[in-house]
Amino acid sequence: MSIAFLAEQSFNALQLGLMLFLMAVGVTLAFGTMRLINLAHGSFFMLAAYFYAWIIAETENGIVAWIGALAGLAVLAVVIERVIIRPLYLRDHLEQVLATFGLILVFNDFVMMIWGRDPVYVPLPDALSGHIMMGDIAYPTYRLVITAVAIISGLSIWYLIARTRTGGLIRASADNRPVVQALGANVDRLSAGVFALVAVLAGIAGIMTAPLIAVTSGMGDSVLIQSLVVVIIGGLGSIVGALVGALLVAFVEVFGRTYLPLALGSTSGFALANMAIYLLMAVTLIWRPFGMFGKPR
Amino acid sequence: MNKLPLPTRIFIVCIAAVTIAALAAFGDQTTLRFASRIAIMGLAAVAVDVVLGYAGLVSLGHAAFFGVGAYVTGALALAGHTEGLIVWPIAIGAATLAALVIGALALRTTGVYFIMITLAFAQMFYYSANAVPGLGGADGFRLPSRSTIGGIPLDNPRIFFLLCAFVLIAVLLFARRASFSAFGYTLQAARDDAIRSAASGIENYWLRLAAFTISGAIAGLAGVLSANLTLYIAPSSVLSWHLSAELLVMVILGMAGTLYGAVIGAAIFLALVEIISHYTDFWAMYVGIAVIARVLLIRDGLLVTLRRLVTA
Repeated sequence: MSIAFLAEQSFNALQLGLMLFLMAVGVTLAFGTMRLINLAHGSFFMLAAYFYAWIIAETENGIVAWIGALAGLAVLAVVIERVIIRPLYLRDHLEQVLATFGLILVFNDFVMMIWGRDPVYVPLPDALSGHIMMGDIAYPTYRLVITAVAIISGLSIWYLIARTRTGGLIRASADNRPVVQALGANVDRLSAGVFALVAVLAGIAGIMTAPLIAVTSGMGDSVLIQSLVVVIIGGLGSIVGALVGALLVAFVEVFGRTYLPLALGSTSGFALANMAIYLLMAVTLIWRPFGMFGKPR
Repeated sequence: MNKLPLPTRIFIVCIAAVTIAALAAFGDQTTLRFASRIAIMGLAAVAVDVVLGYAGLVSLGHAAFFGVGAYVTGALALAGHTEGLIVWPIAIGAATLAALVIGALALRTTGVYFIMITLAFAQMFYYSANAVPGLGGADGFRLPSRSTIGGIPLDNPRIFFLLCAFVLIAVLLFARRASFSAFGYTLQAARDDAIRSAASGIENYWLRLAAFTISGAIAGLAGVLSANLTLYIAPSSVLSWHLSAELLVMVILGMAGTLYGAVIGAAIFLALVEIISHYTDFWAMYVGIAVIARVLLIRDGLLVTLRRLVTA
C-alpha cells in the first residue's frame, strides 16, 4: 500500500466528510433552532440534483444551473416551511416524523412523474473534467473543486452562525425561543430563513454529488441516514459535533471499504465495511449516549 | 386509556368474528391473500403500538425485527428446514435478540435521539442484507416452499389466513392482558412521568427494554408470517426504513395505545394503497399527501373522533 494511494484515499474521505457535513449541519441546525426533526432533508439533496440536471440540459450553462437550482430550492423550502413545517414546531416528534416522511413519499414520486424512472446522468463541466497532479498522484480536478466549494460553504456557515447578529439570534433561539421572541426578534422569519438555508446547503451537496453518481428518485434517503449517523455521533444541535462526526464517519466509511475486504477477505470484509459506521455509532452511544458534543435533552 | 362501554366492545368483537368467519368461508384466493396481509401488517403495527402507545417511544426501526424474522425463515427454508415448530421459534428468537441489543443501546437516550438511533440500526441490517452472499443481495430471493406446522402444510390460502388471524388475536389478547398487569401499568407510569416513576422505585430503563424486546418479538413473528405469505424476500421489501415509517403511519391512522386501533389502521392503510394503485403508479405520492393531511388537519386521528361519538 503506497503513500500515494493512502493520500488519495484520505482526500476522498475528506471530500465525503465535507459533503456529509453540509447535510448534517442542516439536520443539527433545524433541530437546534426549531426543535424539528426533518426526514425530508434528503429530499432537498435529491431535488437540487434534479433541478440542476434539468436546467443544465436546457441551457447548457453551469452557472445558470447552479443559481437556478439553488434559488428554486430556496423558494420551495420557504413555501414548505410556511405551509407544512411551521404548524409542527410545537407538536411532538412523532408528528414531525410522519409529516416529513409524507413529504419524502411525495417528492420521490414527484421527480419520477416529471423526469421519469430512469437515472439521469449529469455531465462533468468540461473545464473540470481533467486531472491535477499533486506530487505523483493524478487527482480529478472536479473532486478538488468540490472539496474547495464545500470548505468555503462550511466556513461561511461558521461565520454566519458564530460572527453575525443573525447567527447570534439563531443560537439564542436554540437556547430559549420564547425569550428571543419577547425581546422583539421575528422568530418566525428566522425559522423560515434557517429552513431555507439548510435546504440550500443540502442542495449544494446534492448538485456537487450529481455528476459523480446517477441522479435517481430516493437518492436522498441513504444520504439522509448517513447524516443522521453523523449527528448521532457528533451530538444533536452541535455544529462542531457535525463537523467532527462527518469527518469520522467519512474516514471510517472510505478506509473501511478499501482495507477491510483486503484484511478479512472480500465477503466478510465487505459485509463489515457496510456495518462499520453503525458500529462506530454503537461505540459512541456506549461511551456518550448523547453524542460527543451533545447535551442530554 | 379508558375502556369502551361493554356493549360497544361486544359489538366490535362480534363484527371481527363475523368478518373472519365470512372471509374464511367465502373468500377467494385474492381476497384471502389480501386479508392475510392485513392480519400480518396489523400484527407488526401492534408491535409498534406496544412501544409507541404504552412506552411512549417512537421507534423508526421496527423493519429490522420484521426483516430478521423474514430473513431467518427464508435462509432456513433455503437450507431445507421448513418445519415451523422449529424454524419459527429460531426466527422469532433472532428478532428478539436484535431488539434486545438495539433496545439496550437506543434506550440510553430518549426523544429525537431514540428515533434516529433506531432508524440507523435498522439501516445497518438493511445494508448487511444487501451484502450477505447466497441470499440474493439487493435482488432478494424466493423461498422454495411455505413452512409446515407439525407436518401440516400451509399451502391452502384458507388455512393460512385462519392461522394469521389466530396468531393476531392471540397476540392482541396477550398484549391486552399485559397492559392491565402490573408490568403494563408501571410501563404507562414511566411513559406519563419518567421522573416520578423513577422516584417511586420503578426502573424505567429495564421496563422499557422489556417492552421493546417483546415488541421486537411480535414484529419478528409478523416477519415470519410475511415470508410465508409472499414467499419472496428482499431488503427493500422487508428491511426498508419506509416499512418502519409505514407501520407508524398505520398506528396513527387507527389510534395509538389501543392495540386494536393498530390493526384497523393497517387495514385502512393497505386498503388505501390498494385502491389508489388501481388508478396510478404514483400511489406513494397520494399516500404521502394523505399522511401530511392527517397530521395537519385531523389532529386526533380517525378513531378518536369516532370513539368520541360512541362514548358521548
